[in-house]
Amino acid sequence: MLTVRFHRALAAWPAARLVVLTLATILVTACAAPGAVTTPSPAATGTQTSSAPSAVAAGPSCGTDPVKLNAYFETGFDLPFKLSDEFTKQYPNVTWDIKQDQFTNLMSSTPRLLAGDNPPDLIRLPSMVTLVKDGLLKNLDDYVTAFGWDKFPAAQLAQNRVASDGTRGSGSLYAAGLNYSLTGVFYNKKLAQQIGMTAAPTTVAEFEDLLAKAKTAGVQPIMMWNATASGGGLAFPLQNLMAAYGPTQPINDWIFQKPSATIDTSTNLTAAQHLQQWVEAGYFPKDVNAIEYTDANARFGKGEGVFMFNGDWQNAVYDKDMSSNVGFFVFPPGQAGGSVAAMSAPLTYGIAAKAKNADCAAFFFNWVATNEKARQIDVAVGGSNPGGPPDLAVPQAAAPVTNETLTAGADVAKDNGAMDFIANATGSIFAQGWTPELQKMVGGKQAAAGLLKAVQAEYEKELAR
Amino acid sequence: MSQAADKADPARALPGARAEAIDRRLSRRIPLAQGIRRQTLVGWLFVVPALLFYAVFVLQPLALTVQYSLYRWDGFSPATWVGLANYASVLSEPKLLETLFNAFRLVLFFSLIPVTLGLVTASVVHRVATGRLGTVSRTVLFLPQVIPLVAAGIIWGRLLSLSGLINQGLTAIGLGDITRAWLGDFDTALPAVGIIGIWVLLGFCTVLLLTGMAKIDAGLYESARLDGAGWFQEFRAITVPSLRYEIGVCLTVTIIAALAAFDIVYVSTGGGPGNATAVPGIQIYILAFLERQVGLASALAVVLVILVLLVILPIQRLSREDAR
Repeated sequence: MLTVRFHRALAAWPAARLVVLTLATILVTACAAPGAVTTPSPAATGTQTSSAPSAVAAGPSCGTDPVKLNAYFETGFDLPFKLSDEFTKQYPNVTWDIKQDQFTNLMSSTPRLLAGDNPPDLIRLPSMVTLVKDGLLKNLDDYVTAFGWDKFPAAQLAQNRVASDGTRGSGSLYAAGLNYSLTGVFYNKKLAQQIGMTAAPTTVAEFEDLLAKAKTAGVQPIMMWNATASGGGLAFPLQNLMAAYGPTQPINDWIFQKPSATIDTSTNLTAAQHLQQWVEAGYFPKDVNAIEYTDANARFGKGEGVFMFNGDWQNAVYDKDMSSNVGFFVFPPGQAGGSVAAMSAPLTYGIAAKAKNADCAAFFFNWVATNEKARQIDVAVGGSNPGGPPDLAVPQAAAPVTNETLTAGADVAKDNGAMDFIANATGSIFAQGWTPELQKMVGGKQAAAGLLKAVQAEYEKELAR
Repeated sequence: MSQAADKADPARALPGARAEAIDRRLSRRIPLAQGIRRQTLVGWLFVVPALLFYAVFVLQPLALTVQYSLYRWDGFSPATWVGLANYASVLSEPKLLETLFNAFRLVLFFSLIPVTLGLVTASVVHRVATGRLGTVSRTVLFLPQVIPLVAAGIIWGRLLSLSGLINQGLTAIGLGDITRAWLGDFDTALPAVGIIGIWVLLGFCTVLLLTGMAKIDAGLYESARLDGAGWFQEFRAITVPSLRYEIGVCLTVTIIAALAAFDIVYVSTGGGPGNATAVPGIQIYILAFLERQVGLASALAVVLVILVLLVILPIQRLSREDAR
């Protein structure tokens, strides 16, 4: 009815035409192909990078003139804020203009921020391949040589490298890690003792033996989350099992989108079958598909569950909730004496290609990795390894469990066992692949082989788009 | 201004009619053509601000969505024209089609049950609860409509969890065997989300239908009762037919709520477990903001709009014709 009246009005009166013209203009201006205007070409970025050496020759730094670093941090994480405060204390000419946002919002807004009129000098990066392809991120290769980052362990920088074919893991460096988190198995010391665990298990079989003992003792063996809102947490034990039964390289290749990489391998099938056995044996909570991340942590903190797969960012919380009744070990290998592996990811920050204070931002990265005070903050606040040159000692932490994760991190580094997370292979492989398929496995609607096939199909579909 | 004056001049009571009456008076004094032009201009001046907002915030996004759906675009870099390929994907990918089926399953819970229950509740309240009791019951029933859907989703998530109040109640009455994480179980997740929808929308339907009942001529009931009609006969022969227009509005609003559901589902299940409660709203969000498939997301959105219109338009026509 409304529309009919509107059209009649149009036909009759000139005033109406005027308004319609305005409307039409609004619509027409929107009719150019979306996204056509603002993109800088990769070539432009190239020239920017090549102009960097002159700055590098003078030694990139924050200089002595007042500098205001334009930064975007992730809401809810103290570490970068504490680091920026300390940095200003040491370099008073540097002040900060810090904006913060939720990680999920950053995921959708980062391209616009990087391409905008006020490109950030420092920004928390949710993912980087498409940003690099669009020429939005500064190539840090010149800083690698200027600051001697090439002497850092190679695995530290690998996850932030992007090759010219758009695959991650090798090529030029486009981001730096403020620290390097580690995942593994947390355990409730009291409950572990109760089921007869005297030392960390050295093989998967030993670990499974402990799970069975816990089940028999009537204790919840593993606390985990697997609700959609938090993403399928069962991907943590699954990837640990994958690395226990097979090499890490093919897993990383798959995450880095190397050509013809597949997750559907025979060793991964073995891993998925073990996970399925765990599900069927009732090692996970019966309502795991409805448990969200925060709920799982709260329940583990209250003493529900002997084991929990998670990362060292949770150290401080567990230590407080369980008053030091918490321990940590890296998931054991399939065979005794085999090499250990773990998901370990840098807390990734990048510099906009058009950033005004790129040198100062890079200097900040170098300071975080090498300055004693910064490394202390890194461990105390972030709970993770600060990375940096191998000859610098890792500072001691207040929470005992943090020292356990730091030691474990050294073991993983020695075995070169760092992996990125299988949930990060593509923008939505977690939401569209792992999470629903793992939930189906819990619900008895998906078996090990089908799970890997379904995720691989989703992966190929997403890469083909 | 006295009420008597209002009644004496119907133009004052009804804004639309009032305007017309004033126009008529004006047009008698001023030459006809000039009068129309001036009256139009004034009219448009009143309408323009709202219309501009409508254009910028409703029409433009709608047009842009249709436009985006014809491109492959990551939301940022240059877009590639792909014609109708996105629509072909929407109609051929099982995962996307499944969300549309789930949306129609939600119609049962978000629309049919609240409207039916609303009719029954409203007629009971209308008969039994008059005066203050009526006001109180109306307020209580309408409360869920006032609570933000996200809050409702969170609260219901707690209630329906394994250790939640609902399972505690079931255990207390000896039904401990059927307790489960209602939102995390493949068979019960969608009905559980549906129950949240019933809770939210029942009050809306009831209050709307109650208002409709208030204007039914009481004489009709009186004569029906004289003829020996019982409650159900009155309900069937007088109440429901008189409320066709209100029922039409209820159906329209609730069906849109079902097909375009996002907040309740996103907060309570996120579309899981598996894809058991995945609805188009959530899939559009994932495609647009996680996968950066803005074109495909837009195509799914356009298909959803078309489906909503296909369902809603016949209801609109039916309720309007019947009301006459």
